[in-house]
Amino acid sequence: MGGATAPVQLRLAPSPVKLAVERVTKEFVTKRGTVHALDDVSLQVTAGEFVCLVGPSGCGKSTLLDIIAGLTRPDMGKVLADGDRITGPGRQRLVMFQEPALFPWLDVLGNVMFGLKLTPGLTPSERKERAQHFLRMVGLESFARANVHELSGGMKQRVALARALAPDPQMLLMDEPFAALDAITREQLYDDIQQIWQATRKTIVFVTHNVREAVCLGDRVILMSPRPGRIRKEFPIALPRPRDINGTELARHASEIARALKDTVGTEAQR
Amino acid sequence: MKRALIVFVFFAALTAMWSVAAASGRWSAVLLPPPTQVAEYLWSAIRDGTVLLATMVTLKRLLVGYVVGVGIGLPLGLLMSANQWVRDTAGALALGLQTLPSVCWVPLALIWFGQSEGAMLFVVVMGTVGSVMIATDLGARNIPPIYARAARTMGSEGLHKWTRVILPASLPFLVSGMKQGWAFAWRSLMAAEIYVTILTGFGLGHLLHYGRELNAMDQVIGIMLVIVLIGLIADRILFSPWERFMHERWGTGRI
Repeated sequence: MGGATAPVQLRLAPSPVKLAVERVTKEFVTKRGTVHALDDVSLQVTAGEFVCLVGPSGCGKSTLLDIIAGLTRPDMGKVLADGDRITGPGRQRLVMFQEPALFPWLDVLGNVMFGLKLTPGLTPSERKERAQHFLRMVGLESFARANVHELSGGMKQRVALARALAPDPQMLLMDEPFAALDAITREQLYDDIQQIWQATRKTIVFVTHNVREAVCLGDRVILMSPRPGRIRKEFPIALPRPRDINGTELARHASEIARALKDTVGTEAQR
Repeated sequence: MKRALIVFVFFAALTAMWSVAAASGRWSAVLLPPPTQVAEYLWSAIRDGTVLLATMVTLKRLLVGYVVGVGIGLPLGLLMSANQWVRDTAGALALGLQTLPSVCWVPLALIWFGQSEGAMLFVVVMGTVGSVMIATDLGARNIPPIYARAARTMGSEGLHKWTRVILPASLPFLVSGMKQGWAFAWRSLMAAEIYVTILTGFGLGHLLHYGRELNAMDQVIGIMLVIVLIGLIADRILFSPWERFMHERWGTGRI
């Protein structure tokens, strides 16, 4: 193996640190043996930063996101949000999944209001106002009373985004939210998410296996390698925003990362 | 309008066939009375209040038994879905009891409760609980786990999770379970009323039973028609609104 697979020491991000992952290790015991999902992973994210985790399947990026969300507990190590240890899910860190995970028994507005009903200190009219505000932000204010099954895939993800934004979390955790959408819808959503991020300045951790997508969205792209899941390398992306997924400069960055990604898969194949 | 017409024509044709068969003289009028005779019986039984009174008695028993049955079955079903031990024990019992036709409870109920309302109630409850339990458990365990995960990230835990996520998410299964429970309760009650003669109330099943005792085929057929009609109306009133809501929200029901 040699030094190449040793955990990469990441540069200390300039303060304030919003999220700190410290030496997290996670194993899953299955019938076929132990899967080393994450091995000694450390990572820091500053407030307002947009970080993309990229890697081939099995590199533990979704597991890492689950741990940050508080849905899964690490075997070793810890995750700190604003300096406090994460022990469970919290309203400050809302998650968007690959599936929209909208509730079919509620209409669109009801879905956006679901998290707001669990947010203390809001009157019913404030909740409704806020839900409508975020529906407007994702361009679906006229669909407030629509049923979930009447929406297209892209619209559903927009509602899921509005639902995650509505309780005003400090952090958004996105687990391949656009992977199941068609290319045209996806490109539209790249523009929207950049715009919304710039308007709200949320801290975003975004998991994807699409390198171009990562370069288009992230301030930093963090490359992970599988078995055991480790952080390999990180790439700061200093391109001006809003970024166009089809830009040439962006493509240059993406091909650099794609080469590095290929290397991680290559070294794994040699073993 | 066109649909109503088709329905009307269908049932008119059915009645006409019945009339022709009765008029053909192949079967004795004791075995197959013409529709007019059944209608005459029904009309007189409606006018003197027999049908209404029996319907009220039966419906009261049915509703009480059903509500008790669902009240026991629904929480037990949720417990079953959440806990392996409950599923292995109470769940297995429910499954076993469901295979037992509810008429089989009648002898036991008679010995335990005598010829009383208690016996009636017992049979209906036993007929309902198992199917409601099994349907609820099935519904709760068929919810895509992503709903619970999404709800958890938004801070939905404990009672909130059960009432706002698990129950509404399993609504399609719950409604079919409740419907099945209703059908079972209805069947159990009819069996009980036919077999158990009691003095505290004369239900539709009793009318049916005495129709047979008196060899009054017009009464037997007439009361059967009333039973069918009540079943249809109950379905419309109790379950159709839920089903309409679900089809609209979930986008199901259209092929």
